Amino acid sequence: MNVVVCVKQIPDPANPGSLDPDNTLSRNEKLILDESDSYGVEMALQLVDTAGGGEVTLVSMVPNKEVSGLRTALAMGANKAVLVSDDALAGTDALGTAKVLAAAIGRTEYDLVLAGTESSDGYTGTVPEQIAAVMGLPSVGFAKHIEVADGLVKVRRQNEEGYDEVECPLPAVVSVTAGVVEPRYPSFKGIMAAKSKPVDEVGIADLGIDASAVGVAGSRQETVAVEEAAAREAGEKVVDEGDAHERIVAFLDELKVI
Amino acid sequence: MSVNTIWVYCDLVGGAATSGSLELVGEAKALGATEVVAWIGGDASDAAAALGNHGATALKATGDLGGSLQGVAVGAAMAEAMAAGAPDLIMFPQSYDGRDVAARLSVAIDRPVITNNVGIEVNGDDIVCETAIFGGTKIVKTAFRCESPRLALFRPKSFAVEPTGGPAPTVETVSVPDTGTAGAAKVTGTHVEESEGPKLDEADIVVSGGRGLGEADKYEMIEQLAKALKGAPGASRAIVDAGWVPYSYQVGQTGKVVKPTVYIAAGISGATQHLVGMKGSKNIIAINKDEEAPIFGVADLGIVGDVHKVLPALLEALAARS
Ligand SMILES: Cc1cc2nc3c(=O)[nH]c(=O)nc-3n(C[C@H](O)[C@H](O)[C@H](O)COP(=O)(O)OP(=O)(O)OC[C@H]3O[C@@H](n4cnc5c(N)ncnc54)[C@H](O)[C@@H]3O)c2cc1C
Ligand SMILES: Nc1ncnc2c1ncn2[C@@H]1O[C@H](COP(=O)(O)O)[C@@H](O)[C@H]1O
Repeated sequence: MNVVVCVKQIPDPANPGSLDPDNTLSRNEKLILDESDSYGVEMALQLVDTAGGGEVTLVSMVPNKEVSGLRTALAMGANKAVLVSDDALAGTDALGTAKVLAAAIGRTEYDLVLAGTESSDGYTGTVPEQIAAVMGLPSVGFAKHIEVADGLVKVRRQNEEGYDEVECPLPAVVSVTAGVVEPRYPSFKGIMAAKSKPVDEVGIADLGIDASAVGVAGSRQETVAVEEAAAREAGEKVVDEGDAHERIVAFLDELKVI
Repeated sequence: MSVNTIWVYCDLVGGAATSGSLELVGEAKALGATEVVAWIGGDASDAAAALGNHGATALKATGDLGGSLQGVAVGAAMAEAMAAGAPDLIMFPQSYDGRDVAARLSVAIDRPVITNNVGIEVNGDDIVCETAIFGGTKIVKTAFRCESPRLALFRPKSFAVEPTGGPAPTVETVSVPDTGTAGAAKVTGTHVEESEGPKLDEADIVVSGGRGLGEADKYEMIEQLAKALKGAPGASRAIVDAGWVPYSYQVGQTGKVVKPTVYIAAGISGATQHLVGMKGSKNIIAINKDEEAPIFGVADLGIVGDVHKVLPALLEALAARS
């Protein structure tokens, strides 16, 4: 079974974010593999392993040729990658991203396409379903458990109250929640091997996508203002001297909630 | 320009419209729309009265979807219905199904979706969406630059849920076009995670625990405290990912948004992704042993102390009162 995993490369979320003068998130620093997508990579490796053969192909879109995040996922064990990199992609919105990723996935062999339910920096959570729609494929989002058998993918899909069991014929797009599997750490051998794994770099013209469909113009939306939000004032801070619980009780009493 | 017609996709839980849906119907009305059409993927009979009472002037429903997922089915039904006239704006709750419907529809009609909104305004010719970034410290305002309909997803609890006293609209059944292979995913079963007490996103008091509890067993203190206060227990993502509690307990960017009268955070550092889920609480109490912990920046009462000391003493004091 061949599995494609969409992996986003993002600025390290541990660093405080900042905005560029055009009010888009700064992406000047080195990009890393979005942790949200490490679950998809791990899931793909496990599914291919269980199926007894096949390849895991990564697909990633960036404006700036970045491959560090892809190398991390290759070091985990993915076989190869398609990198869509093009200056025209800066400022692309979710729909444009989905069009590009769908075209890139179309160049590969796939039975199943995995993505994260939401990226750590953009968190629109719409890209996977939009990819499926562009490709005319069925899809199941918010997977907290996945099994593949007899040309079907069986998914436990998170809902408001627990989960639904969903069955879907392959090929299909499935988005996985954080924590669905425990992502492995790349081994030293894996890291060395990743250096020589193939990364097919393509531009949007190679995918038959017009520059007007992507980038800031393609997003058909405009940031008109960035304002400071009303700040919440910090209140009183007390160091526990063994009586802090009394302060809490008094506080709750005052609010008449106990 | 003004907005005349707004469609609102509504989620149902147990046949009733969710509060995340009711608030959007109300906001659609507040934006000045003359027609507010609630859309339901399923049977709307038990939801009509509440939707009307919150501002819906019309109601379109697909009827039973026979196990099909909402995204493909409702997305296709909306796209088809637009042949008879597109609304100015379509609002979706940022729920599991709301995202799917918006995503499918956006591709079907080739329109962008603006996601994660916490506010909206109609400003002259513009429809402007408001999104909170950097843990809610900044608000970004984004205007659509496309033809109608504009598609926007809203985070829960962005608006107040207020009855307007409107009548129940009659349910108009809409057809779902054949969705072919794209619609091949089917629900075959449902599993409800048991929970007692009030629901996390509806409770008046929420008590959340984080990694500072040290180990999974200590979460019991959180459950006991929630019970003693007739509230709901919640959690940071750190302990959900660690498997101490189910995902449904998670508060934050990728979990529930809560705005209780009192939020108690025990052993939670206050990462921006946690703060966006609870900062709107009326009163916040934080217990953390690190006096520099960011959670204190939003706490009305901050206790610099050890959860293993403060929580047992608090439980005892509350037990002594009852
Ligand atoms: C894309 C993305 C989405 C995310 N979504 C969410 C989300 O929805 N919700 C969420 O919560 N997080 C979310 N996170 C994770 C978030 O960034 C933090 O990692 C997480 O909230 C930390 O959980 P914590 O506060 O329990 O743990 P920690 O950050 O490890 O904090 C533990 C705290 O406990 C204190 N402590 C330790 N021992 C004691 C003691 N004995 N007594 C008192 N205090 C003690 C420490 O001082 C510390 O402040 C997300 C992250 C990303 C990247
Ligand atoms: N630029 C990108 N490159 C590759 N995958 C992406 C990209 N953007 C989004 N995705 C995928 O879509 C998922 C959801 O992203 P988002 O819709 O931005 O929250 C991510 O977890 C990725 O799997």
